[in-house]
This record gives sequence, C-alpha cells and structure tokens, in this order.
Amino acid sequence: MGNTSSMLTQYDIEEVQEHCNHTFSQQEIVSLYQRFCQLDRNGCGFISADEFMSVPEFAVNPLFQRLLRMLDGLNFKEFVAFLSAFSSRASLQQKVEFIFKVYDSDGNGKVTFNEMLDILRDLTGQFISEQQREKVLTRVLEEAGYAKDSLLVQADFMKIVGNSGLKMEVEVPVD
Amino acid sequence: MSKLSTSSSEIDLDRPNIEDYLPSGSIQEPRGKLRLRDLLDISPTLTEAAGAIVDDSFTRCFKSIPPEPWNWNVYLFPLWCLGVVVRYGFLFPLRVLVLTIGWIIFLSCYFPVHTLLKGNDKLRKKLERGLVELICSFFVASWTGVIKYHGPRPSMRPRQVFVTNHTSMIDFIVLEQMTAFAVIMQKHPGWVGLLQSTILESLGCIWFNRSESKDRGIVARKLREHVEGADNNPLLIFPEGTCVNNHYSVMFKKGAFELGCTVCPIAIKYNKIFVDAFWNSRKQSFTTHLLQLMTSWTVVCDVWYLEPQNLKPGETPIEFAERVRDIISVRAGLKKVPWDGYLKYSRPSPKHRERKQESFAESVLRRLEEK
Repeated sequence: MGNTSSMLTQYDIEEVQEHCNHTFSQQEIVSLYQRFCQLDRNGCGFISADEFMSVPEFAVNPLFQRLLRMLDGLNFKEFVAFLSAFSSRASLQQKVEFIFKVYDSDGNGKVTFNEMLDILRDLTGQFISEQQREKVLTRVLEEAGYAKDSLLVQADFMKIVGNSGLKMEVEVPVD
Repeated sequence: MSKLSTSSSEIDLDRPNIEDYLPSGSIQEPRGKLRLRDLLDISPTLTEAAGAIVDDSFTRCFKSIPPEPWNWNVYLFPLWCLGVVVRYGFLFPLRVLVLTIGWIIFLSCYFPVHTLLKGNDKLRKKLERGLVELICSFFVASWTGVIKYHGPRPSMRPRQVFVTNHTSMIDFIVLEQMTAFAVIMQKHPGWVGLLQSTILESLGCIWFNRSESKDRGIVARKLREHVEGADNNPLLIFPEGTCVNNHYSVMFKKGAFELGCTVCPIAIKYNKIFVDAFWNSRKQSFTTHLLQLMTSWTVVCDVWYLEPQNLKPGETPIEFAERVRDIISVRAGLKKVPWDGYLKYSRPSPKHRERKQESFAESVLRRLEEK
C-alpha cells in the first residue's frame, strides 16, 4: 500500500524518534509512516496541500489554511515532529508551544493583536462582523490585564491556556 | 411526489447532519462568561485536524486491505508457487478460452437478432436480455465465480428500482447473470465505453458524467422516464456513486429514492478469501482488475435480495435513502460513514466549515453577554 520504495529501517525509526523527543513509540512511528505514504500519493516525499485536502475531515476544519502553511513541504521526520504535540506523551509545555506557533504566523516569538484576530476570523468566518471581532478581542484582553497593543509571548500563553484541563490528544492507530 | 432538486446547494442543505457522525467529544457546550482563555484555546479545533491527518473514516473506505501473507515458510512457499503455476499457466488460458468462446457465441447471436428482428420489438428484447445474461454467465465462469443468491428472485413489476452497494464494476455482471437489469452507470473510456454504447444501450441503460453538474437534472429525468415505461428492463442503481472497498458504505445519493417507486435493496458481500474484488479505480484500470480476477482461484460472493421498501409517510427521500442504506449495510456487514462518495473527486462544500464557524461565533456572542 502506498509508496514503499523506501522502507523504514530500525535506524530510520530511531532517528525519527530522536527528532520528536520520544513522544511516539516505534510502532506508532511505523503506523504514521504508513499513513504518510498513503496520503503522499505521488510519492514525492512530502504531502502536498491538495493531498491533505483530499481528506474531507481535514478540509472542513476552520483552521485548515493555517495548518496547511505549517505542513507545507514537511518530510516524514518533520511530519512526525509536527504531530508530536498531540501525543499522550507530550508535555503541557509542548502543547502550549504548538498553539503558540499556530498563532505566531511570522514566527518572531511574539503574538500581536492582529495575529490573534486572524485566528479568530478563521474560527468565526462571516458570522461576526470585523468590528465586533475587534471589540470582543479587545474586551477580553483588557479583562485579562493585557492592553490592546500588548505582545504576548509563549510564557503568557502558558499562563492563559496552560492548565491541566488542556486536552489535545490524538491516538495513532496501531494495527 | 417531491419535486426534483437539481441545484447542488439544495442537495447540500438536505444532507443529514454530518456533525452527528463526526467524532466530537472535544466540542462540549462551553458555559460561563467569555474569557481570554476561551478565545485563545484552539485545542479542540486543532485536535480535530490532527485526528483527521492521522486517520480518517473517508480514506478508510477506499483502502485495499491486503490479506495476510501466508506463504512464508518452507512448506507453504513451494505450494504457493505451484498454485501460481496452476493459476497463470493452466487456469488463466482456460478461462481466456471460455471467455472468447462466450464472446463469439454472444456476438454471432446478438447482431443477427438486433438487426433482423428490428420490427418485432418484444421478441428482440427478450432474446437480447437472454443473450446478455448468457455473456455475463460466461464472465462469471471466467473467474470461476461462486455466487450464492439468497432471497426471493426479484419479480418484474413496473415502478420499482433496485439499489445495491458498489464494490467494483463486476457487481453489475454478478447481478446481470441472474436478471437482465438496465443500469445507470458512469460513462467510461476505452473498451468498456464501447461496450456501454453498443450492447448495454439495448438494455436501456442510462449514462451519466460525474464531472458535469448540469447532468444531474438530465439524469433525473431519464430515470423517471425509464421507470414509467412498462416494458423497460428493471432499473439497477448504485446509489453510492463510486466503488467502495466492501467494508464500508458511503452515503447514498437520493436520486433513486425520490422517484416515487418501490425500492428493492440488494446487498452484495465478497469473500476475500481468494481474491479482493474491490476495484480501486485510483490504483488500477478495469482491465488490470479483470486480469487480476482471472488469475486468482475464484471469486466468492453472496447476494441477498432484500424486502422491497416504500417511502413511509412523513419520511423525506434522504431519510428513506439512509434507512435503505442501513438495511443493506447490516445485511452485508458494512460500516456506515457519513461521507459522499463523490468526495473522491472533489472537495467538500464550504458549508460544513461555515456551520462550525457559525456555531462557534454564536457561542462567543452569547457568552459575551453573560455576567
């Protein structure tokens, strides 16, 4: 099934495991490789945006565009590292770091008001007006003690969303 | 009788709620005053996306699940090699011979009947039906098909259609062997297309083109006309619209269920013990698929003719379609998924994403007002 021209050797699996900080077991990595090959239909070593969009459950997700940008051109090792935040073995820190990276589109380590607004726009679409979105965001920011022009860093995100109630886990099916 | 809906937007709105089927659990109804945390915590949405990347119910429907290799030890491997020699060297040429004989008989009877009996329509049609059933039997023999038919044979009555699950184009041959159906199919290129436009045409088959959206209205009209006609062959419809791997069933298109006729469900289940009859049209051409079948030991399947169903009072065609899909899936041991088979060829409509956005937006605005 899929492109098995490059079978995973034990060495490959260990390298990938190292790269994702052991958040996945070796069997899970093998399963993820099968999945990667299944999605990478033309076998060019990475999954194109089109190939991701052929998964209907992914295509109907409001954040699909943001995630496609992050998934663009990833090879298998990087693909596993991307998904590592969703493993049950990932720490709270890793999960919050992932959420932060989704917001921080220019990757400068600081999340601006506009970057937060962009995500809110993806999540609410045309069902809230632009003005109302800005008002809502400003209001909740101020109530949490942040001015409108504050720049949030990862530590802030850890404070705001990082608590034991954060559930961000996906199970990798292992046959 | 419901009016025919031809616009794709209407079809989307009529669909049963996909959210009922999708793994939720992450989206619980949030309570309490809106805080910064509620806006920044996108973990449920991200989890859904990651879940889809790792495994999704749609792709599973079209995966050819390979059988466990059993020929891996010193004793079994030579046996398997012997089997290969028998299958390719002996059975395959024999089967090609049988099929060729069948085609010769068929063609030499068909063309005379078709041309000479042009005036005598009733007799001509009867003979043509018999001949098509014959060639299908030859096809089945060419794979040494073992087909068990269960249930009462469908009686030829007006205003009834037959629906069945779809695994491969051989479904048509398997059923046609027993009863000469008229079928509604996608127009294919190549030699299959040639067969479609000549011989199958005489059975009263209807062709459509998946990629043309205007086609839907034309096809709906043709369906209606066929069903009204008294001595047309009974119509066989594959409501899934595409080949699925015989472990799952995708959503049924409602076209067959809004004709105002009795719907007779048929369930087909292939036994994968000798060969996997799933035609993975993404991976192989039909010719390759047929060759694969002809070089395996046998094709084993069960066909169940199930109880005819009618639209219940107060039931919409979509609900009717889902009910019949349920009956077929239970009989054939298929798991139901809420996806449209055509998503193999196109992207889902933005409406589904918009519904999610709408529900999130609603909850944000509502909680803003709470104190």
